[in-house]
Amino acid sequence: MASLKELSKKPALFTGGHRACTGCSAPIVARMLFMAADTPLVVGSATGCLEVTTTLFPYTSWDTPFLHSAFENSAASISGVEAAYRSLKKQGKYDKDVRFVAFGGDGGTYDIGLQSLSGAMERGHRMLYICYNNEAYMNTGIQRSSATMFGADTTTTPVGREGRGKKQFEKDLTAILVAHGVPYVAQGSPSYWNDLITKMQKALNTDGPSFINVLAPCRLGWAFPPEDTIEMGRLAANTCAWPLYEVVDGQYKITYKPREKQPVSEYLKKQTKYRHMFRPGNEAMIEAYQAHVDEKWERLLKLAGEPVPDKA
Amino acid sequence: MSETKTETSLKGVKNLAALTGNEAVAQALRQINPDVIAAYPITPATEIVQIFSTYVSDGLVNTEFVAVESEHSAMSATIGASAAGARAMTATSSQGLALMWEMLYIASGLRRPIVMPVVNRALSSPINIHCDHSDTMGARDAGWLHIFSEDAQEAYDNTIQAIRISEHPDIQLPTMVTMDGFIISHGMEVVKMLDDDVVRDFVGTYKPDTYLLDVDKPVTMGGLDFTDFYFEHRRQLAEPMEAAPGVVKQIGEEYGKLTGRKFGLYEGYMLDDADYVMVLLGSTAGTAKTIIPELRAKGIKAGLLKLRMFRPFPYDEVAGLLAGRKAVAVMDRSDGLAGLGGPLFGEIRSALYEAKQRPPLADYVYGLGGRDCGPAQLMQVFEDMQKMAVTGAAANRVNYLGVRE
Repeated sequence: MASLKELSKKPALFTGGHRACTGCSAPIVARMLFMAADTPLVVGSATGCLEVTTTLFPYTSWDTPFLHSAFENSAASISGVEAAYRSLKKQGKYDKDVRFVAFGGDGGTYDIGLQSLSGAMERGHRMLYICYNNEAYMNTGIQRSSATMFGADTTTTPVGREGRGKKQFEKDLTAILVAHGVPYVAQGSPSYWNDLITKMQKALNTDGPSFINVLAPCRLGWAFPPEDTIEMGRLAANTCAWPLYEVVDGQYKITYKPREKQPVSEYLKKQTKYRHMFRPGNEAMIEAYQAHVDEKWERLLKLAGEPVPDKA
Repeated sequence: MSETKTETSLKGVKNLAALTGNEAVAQALRQINPDVIAAYPITPATEIVQIFSTYVSDGLVNTEFVAVESEHSAMSATIGASAAGARAMTATSSQGLALMWEMLYIASGLRRPIVMPVVNRALSSPINIHCDHSDTMGARDAGWLHIFSEDAQEAYDNTIQAIRISEHPDIQLPTMVTMDGFIISHGMEVVKMLDDDVVRDFVGTYKPDTYLLDVDKPVTMGGLDFTDFYFEHRRQLAEPMEAAPGVVKQIGEEYGKLTGRKFGLYEGYMLDDADYVMVLLGSTAGTAKTIIPELRAKGIKAGLLKLRMFRPFPYDEVAGLLAGRKAVAVMDRSDGLAGLGGPLFGEIRSALYEAKQRPPLADYVYGLGGRDCGPAQLMQVFEDMQKMAVTGAAANRVNYLGVRE
């Protein structure tokens, strides 16, 4: 459990002046990471919004060692850094205590970087992988990814005379990481700072690989007012569209339960990517979305050993 | 005019071993003892990492061996380890090198002094596991130094020298050291190894100026350049390439003093007074060296120019060596599919552009997919050269040698 007083004393190693959109949640996540860390960090990032907006030469927002090499290899790159650390330590050539963090967006994590992520996690490198999941390829202009939710209007699943947005539901990447046997896996949200920073602390303290999937509301692709970023994350958690939980050595624990689960339409109607779902004739899309969220939430309750409420 | 390797006699040479090319390179890696190796198996280079894994398992090296899930991740992790401050290496071949393609450019762009043995193998399709040079030729513009080896001994010697070349302060670029798939990688030869401590002293300790684990001096590597800086950063890559020939020669000489085996940018075999010169890369030099004395015995002044360094390409030296000859034949173990023969041919033609006495020139694409290239084929090429000398031009600029048409 983090305390605001303690956190305020930490140096801000992710600095301002970057070029992210107003209201972007990725820099918030990056700042929280340094609040969670008690050791120096070496950070890597996949090509994507976070990387291009924070490393525009000759400037950098990272007052910590930072590596970007390509899109699909954030995990592989940091696994190499971590291997170098272990080798030099073993040989007595290096004596500092350092942790390693790889960032990737959902494109760099769910899709093109899934193989290198899987490899790095399976090999057991002591590294924290953070997916900042804004649910589409936002850096290239809002194309669908396998994290994009059902019905979303993206530039490669455009709503048209016949098309009604993305046809598929999202891939459950968090479950895939759990299936790898990764000792610490979690879903988080910048809207719950204490929850997320605590998870980052646990991940960094894990003697092995760890993975946190962070919902990163995107005012560009989701089209909400920039001041509503944190509110969007709250709606996602309160509708159970993005539940907050952790899986420690395979044991599920829900870390935030809404007092009253809100209908998912409350979350969807705030985002223009779902606007067409509210038009007459498309009611079934919202129903299908709600059914999907309900099913996943009930499955999570069962996995966490929580009582499943009776269906109305 | 030409540089010829000088060797001491076998008398007094220690550490003679019967090794395949892969075994010789694995031994070189053991003696270099890098901090990190991240690699993925691929025929015919698999043995290199497989043998090296036994060194790790037996505690003979300090290396952290990262058994990655692909060659793309192999190069990514190697770049990450090198950026962190480690001496990092990998090895591959063919499709594996092709999968690394994106990362090859990033390795050089980030100025990583990575050394990578590559066992030359044909590229798909059709799939084929045998030797040709199309894999590394596809990477010739990736900002890597590119050194070819004739045999297992050279693969061993070149791998050790490449560490010093890549890490030289004037270079700071990656180097690929190649050998011909199966012909060398799996052929057993007598290899003169150096003592472990001799290699350790020769390669020295890797001491980078800027590295990620230097957490008190944080640095951002791989940042975004737009129109205002990208060109300058790419321009800077040309400078070490200009410095490379001098550094390669200097380290080759130093290695020669240590071992009796001196290395330059090329090797000439009966080249000085040759009228008819064959230019090639890799193991076919061995075959050429068996037939050239036969031709000489018949009074035909045949000679060989075996290039060691392909990138950067030694244009001026090659022009000086080839201008004024009666005929020159270029042997390309890959087809550039560029409309005019293979990649070596293009370089040789380019090198000769400013020569006052340009020789008649022909290209021979040969040995694709491991097709055997024996003495009879090379003899045919020397016969063609004699005709070229009479007519003043090649009958065909580009020839396909040993293929069923």
